[in-house]
Amino acid sequence: MLKDITFGQYFESNSFVHKLDPRSKLLLLILIIVSIFVAQNAFALSVVAIFIILSVFLSKIPIKMYLKNIKAILPIIIFTMIINLFYNASGTILISFWKLTITTGSIYRALYMSARILLLIISSAELTYTTTPNELTDAIEKLLAPLRFVGLKNAVHTLAMMMTIALRFIPTLIEETQKIMNAQKARGADLENGKLIERIKALVPILIPLLISSVRRAYELAEAMECRCYNGGEGRVRMKQLKYSISDYISFVVVLVVMAVVILINIFL
Amino acid sequence: MDNIIEVKNVTFEYEDGSQKDIVLNNFSLDIKRGDFTVVLGHNGSGKSTLAKLLNGLYKPTSGQVLVDGISTTDEVTEIEIKRRVGLVFQNPDNQLVASIVEEDVAFGPENLGHSSDLIRQEVDEALKAVDMYEFRNSTPHRLSGGQKQRVAIAGIIAMKPDCIVLDEPTAMLDPKGRAEIISTIKKLNREYGITIVLITHFMEEAVDADRVIVMDNGNIVADSTPKNIFNNIDLLKQVGLDVPQTTELLFRLKQGGMNITTDVISIEESAKKIYNAIHLEEI
Repeated sequence: MLKDITFGQYFESNSFVHKLDPRSKLLLLILIIVSIFVAQNAFALSVVAIFIILSVFLSKIPIKMYLKNIKAILPIIIFTMIINLFYNASGTILISFWKLTITTGSIYRALYMSARILLLIISSAELTYTTTPNELTDAIEKLLAPLRFVGLKNAVHTLAMMMTIALRFIPTLIEETQKIMNAQKARGADLENGKLIERIKALVPILIPLLISSVRRAYELAEAMECRCYNGGEGRVRMKQLKYSISDYISFVVVLVVMAVVILINIFL
Repeated sequence: MDNIIEVKNVTFEYEDGSQKDIVLNNFSLDIKRGDFTVVLGHNGSGKSTLAKLLNGLYKPTSGQVLVDGISTTDEVTEIEIKRRVGLVFQNPDNQLVASIVEEDVAFGPENLGHSSDLIRQEVDEALKAVDMYEFRNSTPHRLSGGQKQRVAIAGIIAMKPDCIVLDEPTAMLDPKGRAEIISTIKKLNREYGITIVLITHFMEEAVDADRVIVMDNGNIVADSTPKNIFNNIDLLKQVGLDVPQTTELLFRLKQGGMNITTDVISIEESAKKIYNAIHLEEI
């Protein structure tokens, strides 16, 4: 059950999107999300949609992967659709029963809202498919670097270091959890059956050993880091330096054009 | 040959609440530059504490530890001492910081503030020295225990240390991983001239050492060549060390009155020894 957990869904490939600087990808995603919310009508939204679909093709990630992601949030999309179907009362009434009415306006609204969610999911999934968790951590550290001027000198580095270590230890802790579960099962612990309360209670003998061993790991890791001359990020130089290339600038121009078009359509249509 | 590390009259106490626990008492030891020294001792003999004293991770309660003549209590040179004397721990999982092998190896040089080109070069050299270069883009949790421990060693080598102290690096590994680590350590000593202090409770790992030190209760009980130490099986048993089966056999034959020495470990050498001994008796 635990081996299904994968953190970061990076999918190895050599596409244009993969090669973009992770900082650009993060910033571009933010710009795209803003565009999705700025778009006021179907035309504006379809401009964003076309751009996202093109970028999906550019990423060379199998469409199947995106569908898997969409499937996971299908309940949320359907829920949004149903709520919106009865919420808006503009346009001609199509069906009306009890206190609920479905109008042309409400159908339009339901489709529009679910398209928005779909686009959000697809564009964020593209970021996680094309960027390794390490690249993302580096990007966040670099992008937040200006915070040091407002007195958060070490906070940014500490945050990035914590994220790096957390990513490093997720598989280790999953393995450890599995071992503890097996050990407790061998002692006769029943983890699968019983009522909800009983199953939650059965988790205690797993979580406590896990917590204790994690604390011990943390101590050992701290000593090992100290032995490797770690000094809290002061004077630290990264081996892999992030560099913007010409494709990053091109991507920014394209996304800004998309945004401008969306705003123009909003105003004139 | 000069001494790279000098431990002078060091006393080290743990304070566990109100109770004081003296681990090392007036302990002295010199490590010669370029030597391969093995420290043998069972759990609680103070050998892990010794390891952490050698690079200044622990500070002595009294006395001093000198690395190249610099005291480990000097705060200005603290980082430089940790660079010169690298420390490798028992559990490889708890020493790796990054989730990509080469990024983990880069951690040390990155902290030292080298330029990114130099770091790349140091990382590549270190990974080649431990034969893990082809795994540079792999992630630690896909590697075996021995491979992870070799990555941990590479992380230390990348800082270009003069001496590496290994605190039971093979205790959590299977026999194959253990053999990998021991041959890596020997290679680093012979080919790269790095001073090695290997702390262990496996006596067979001491066979090729230049010097073997046996510790018990925070004291040195023997300090000699592997040959001399292995001929003194009584002492090794007294301090609670496990003796390899071949040595055990030779030891019992010797006790039984056979004219035989116990200074070999490998099965072939032992067989040859026994053969010769029997042959001699027949003549």
